[in-house]
This record gives sequence, structure tokens and C-alpha cells, in this order.
Amino acid sequence: MTVPAIELVDLHKAYGSNEVLKGIDLVVEAKQVVCIIGASGSGKSTLLRCVNRLEEPTGGHVLIDGVDITHPDCDLDLVRRNIGMVFQQFNLFPHLTALGNVTMAQRKVLKRSEAEANANGRAVLERVGLAEKADAFPSQLSGGQQQRVAIARALAMDPEMMLFDEATSALDPELVGDVLEVMRSLAADGMTMLVVTHEMGFARRVADHVVFMDQGVICEQGPPEQVLEHPATPRLQQFLQQVLEH
Amino acid sequence: MSDQPVAEAPQLGDVSVPELYRSGRAKQRRSQRNRIISYVVGIAVVATVVLAGDWGKIQRLYFSPGRAKDLFPEILTIATKNTLLYTAGAFIGGVSIGLVMAVMKMSPIRPYRWFATAYIEVFRGLPALLTIFIVGYGVPTAFGTQFPTIIGVGTAGPIALALVAGAYLAETLRAGVEGVPRGQLEAARSLGLSQAQTMRTVVVPQAFRLVIPPLTNELVLLLKDTALLSQLGTTAATVELTKFGKDQFQIDFNGTPFIAAGVMYLIITIPLTRLAAALERKLKASR
Ligand SMILES: Nc1ncnc2c1ncn2[C@@H]1O[C@H](COP(=O)(O)OP(=O)(O)O)[C@@H](O)[C@H]1O
Ligand SMILES: [Mg+2]
Repeated sequence: MTVPAIELVDLHKAYGSNEVLKGIDLVVEAKQVVCIIGASGSGKSTLLRCVNRLEEPTGGHVLIDGVDITHPDCDLDLVRRNIGMVFQQFNLFPHLTALGNVTMAQRKVLKRSEAEANANGRAVLERVGLAEKADAFPSQLSGGQQQRVAIARALAMDPEMMLFDEATSALDPELVGDVLEVMRSLAADGMTMLVVTHEMGFARRVADHVVFMDQGVICEQGPPEQVLEHPATPRLQQFLQQVLEH
Repeated sequence: MSDQPVAEAPQLGDVSVPELYRSGRAKQRRSQRNRIISYVVGIAVVATVVLAGDWGKIQRLYFSPGRAKDLFPEILTIATKNTLLYTAGAFIGGVSIGLVMAVMKMSPIRPYRWFATAYIEVFRGLPALLTIFIVGYGVPTAFGTQFPTIIGVGTAGPIALALVAGAYLAETLRAGVEGVPRGQLEAARSLGLSQAQTMRTVVVPQAFRLVIPPLTNELVLLLKDTALLSQLGTTAATVELTKFGKDQFQIDFNGTPFIAAGVMYLIITIPLTRLAAALERKLKASR
């Protein structure tokens, strides 16, 4: 029996008295793509950020490859290098070039030599179709290019799994496709991915499993055809209706 | 034909086109007139000063080449050198104190925050001159020790200025660190960088460009504040520019030394502010 890549057990998160996650149980198997959908404010980002503990859960457990990373003795820096994360706002380092962005953590965290980091950095930039932008600063790139560099930055660490938090939501519509294409190709190569998205087309075609969140709980989950085509709960039916109208 | 309604005259909202243009012309005329008035006033002021001043006397008493020549080389080898030494000492000390206070102020440990807050409030609230007196006269009396002399100049003055600058720089540096967006820290931590690595490679370089302008500003302010140190009583060897100018003035009541000292200050401060502006532009380009 194989261990899941990510397993959330009765995960709780509250900000003061505001309960944002109210007991989440979720399993992401290795090489699986799981998409999380749900209305704004339902706790999707918070869930994702608990997976690498950028956010401190207030209850429950996060298991990565079967290891409980909510254990107080856990060295999170060692965990996080294996979990790539892509943010809605890109969060590229503005004082570094694209190549600098994709090599910095390789050098500081993985202690790779400059030559090795550069070679690998150029390879991941090539992978996202931006080899020729290696020397550009983030401010000189379009939003879509920035987000692809951000994906490359995460990939450069050879992560075992990737978290995407609405990676295309801050992009102009015509730039969304390039980023989704990169994500699709990652999925095709067998990357384990937990993806928060509003792109229903992506969820339908790429996801192995779709999770619908509502008000801090998982309301419905299953294969994309089932969840997206035959929603069982009125909440999901209503949500899909609203998404389709846009 | 004549009873057909005439095609309506073009309108922009409820303003007709001729009215639109007339109003625009009136505004242009008004601003032109105001500019002419300001030129006339300016020229009148300059002319009054030129006519009223006794230029022969002014030249003799403030721009005397002979008197200026007498100031060399001491104005450079002693006064300017000392001013620069005091400034450098105060700045280095001030940045060090400011860094420590900024870190304490951002600390999760409450007594550290209290201490830093108290420090900042006290030294920003006191006149710099009073701090200089307390450090220069009070501390040696209270503790029965003298401040050491380093490379020929006293240390009490720069220490006092550093204490004051530290309070201002603490806030400047803290604002720089807090000006780095949270997402930057999250991105760095998500890659596996430790807290310290994130600080060094992501926060400090970005905070640095945010604080260059205020830091340069503080350097220029410190340079000028070294003039206050003349109040501590200096010897011929430890004198800075302003006191040097005054001492020289008192020899023959010729004001040329004041002008010379002023020129020395400007020779230092103007390139400094230019450099800071250029640096800021360059860093902004890579943002
Ligand atoms: N740092 C925070 N402090 C307080 N409340 C927060 C914080 N982050 C998120 N929340 C709250 O948690 C809820 C869920 O937020 P989020 O996880 O960002 O939702 P989603 O990503 O689904 O839009 C929201 O009501 C939000 O106001
Ligand atoms: Mg969100």
C-alpha cells in the first residue's frame, strides 16, 4: 500500500473566533492532480497554506508522504523545499532577474554550485518557455511570463509536489492560456499537484479529483465528471451556475 | 427650408463649443499673466537688493580672495577633515544603534519593544543640542571618566549625535523592512529558505533600496548637525567647519571664512544628494 503524498486529517484553522477551516479530511495520492474549487472566502487559500504550514493550523494533522509535519519538532525548511508553491500574485523577487529568481534557493537551500544552479535554472526556464527571458527583471515581464517564472522557480527545487493558489486569477484573460498550458504539461509529466482554481475547464480536463469547499468544510468531492457534471448538493449546483454565467 | 430646424450646434454636455474654446483661452491667458507678474516681482526684488547693497563692502568683507587664501590649508586639513570624521562616526554609530533598535522594536518579545519605543521617543523628543550637552558634560561628571579621543578628535560629540540619529534611523530602517511585502517572505519561506536566509537574501536587499533616500537625508542632516558640536568647546585641533569659520571671523571680523565654510559644506552635500537620487533611479529601474 502506498502512502498518500498529502493527507489532511481533521484540519482546523481559526483566526481568533473566526473558524476558517472546520475539520478538513483530504487525501492527495502521489502523481494525482486534485483541484479545489469554491466561492471566495470559503477557505481554499488557507487550506493550501496549511499544507506547507505557511499558515499554522489550530487543530488536526498534515501528513506529507506519511510524515506528520504538524509535529512540533519538525524542521519546516526541510519539508518546504520539497513542496513547490505558486501564488496568485506571483511574488517574484523584484531585485533578481528571472535566472536569479530560479537559482537563488537552489544555491542557498540545496547548496548547488553556481554552474549547476544556472544550468538547472536555464532548463526550468526553458521548460516554461522563457529561456530567452533569463536576464529580464520581473518588472520587464508580462503577468503571464512572471507567473511562469514563478512556476520555474518552484520547479528548480525539484519538488515532489506543487501547490497552486489561483495561479491565473491575477492575469489578463489572454495570458491565462500559457500558464494553464504549463500546468497541464506538469500534470502530464506526473507531478503531484494540489490546485486551487476557478478555471473549470482546467479542472474538468486535468484533475483526477475535484474538491468543492464551502464555508470551511469540504462539501462535495469526487472525479471531475461527477462533481462538475452531476453536482449533488444545492450549494455546488448554485456555485457552478454562478461560475458558468461568467 | 427655413422652417426646418437648423442642425444643432455642437455641444459637449451643456457647454457649446465656442464657449469651450473661449474658456480655455481665458485660462491660458490668466496663467501667462501670472507668470509675467512673478517674473516682474522677482526682477524687482533682485534689483532692490543689488541697488541697496554696498557691493564694494560686501565683496571686501565676505568675498575677499586674500582672506580666503589665508584659510588654507587648515580649512581642509583640520576643519573639513574633522567635520567628515564627526559625521562618519555619528552615522556609523547611528546606523548601528538604529539597526538594533529597529530589530528590538519588531521583536515578538515585549520588553524589547518597550525599551526600543522608550529610546526612540526620548531621543527624538530632546533637542539635539541638549543631548550633546548631557553626553559631553553630564556623563563625564556623573561617571568620573573622560571620553576617549580617537584619531585626534573627541568622541563625545559623535556619540551624542549617534544617539539622536539612532532614534530616527530606527524608524527609518523598520519602515524599510516592513515595506517589503509579506508575499516576498512567504515565497522565500515556501522555497525552504530559513528565517535568517530570507532576511539576508530577500528582505534586506529590498529594504535597502527603500531606505537609501532617507538614509542619505539623515547623513546630510548629521553633517550639518556637527556644527552643534562647536558648543562642546573645541581646541584648534578638534574644531569643525562652522566653529572654524567663527574663530577665523573673530580674528579680523571679516566674514569670508563663513562663506568659505558654507562652500565646503555644499561641496560635500550636493554631490551626496545627487548620488542618492541617481542610485534611487538606478534601483527603481530594476524593480
Ligand atoms: N491572515 C488572516 N487573518 C484573519 N482572517 C483571515 C486571514 N486570512 C484569511 N482570513 C479569513 O479566512 C477566510 C477564508 O479566506 P481564504 O482562505 O483566503 O479563502 P479563499 O481562498 O477561499 O477565498 C476569509 O473569511 C478571510 O477573511
Ligand atoms: Mg484565495
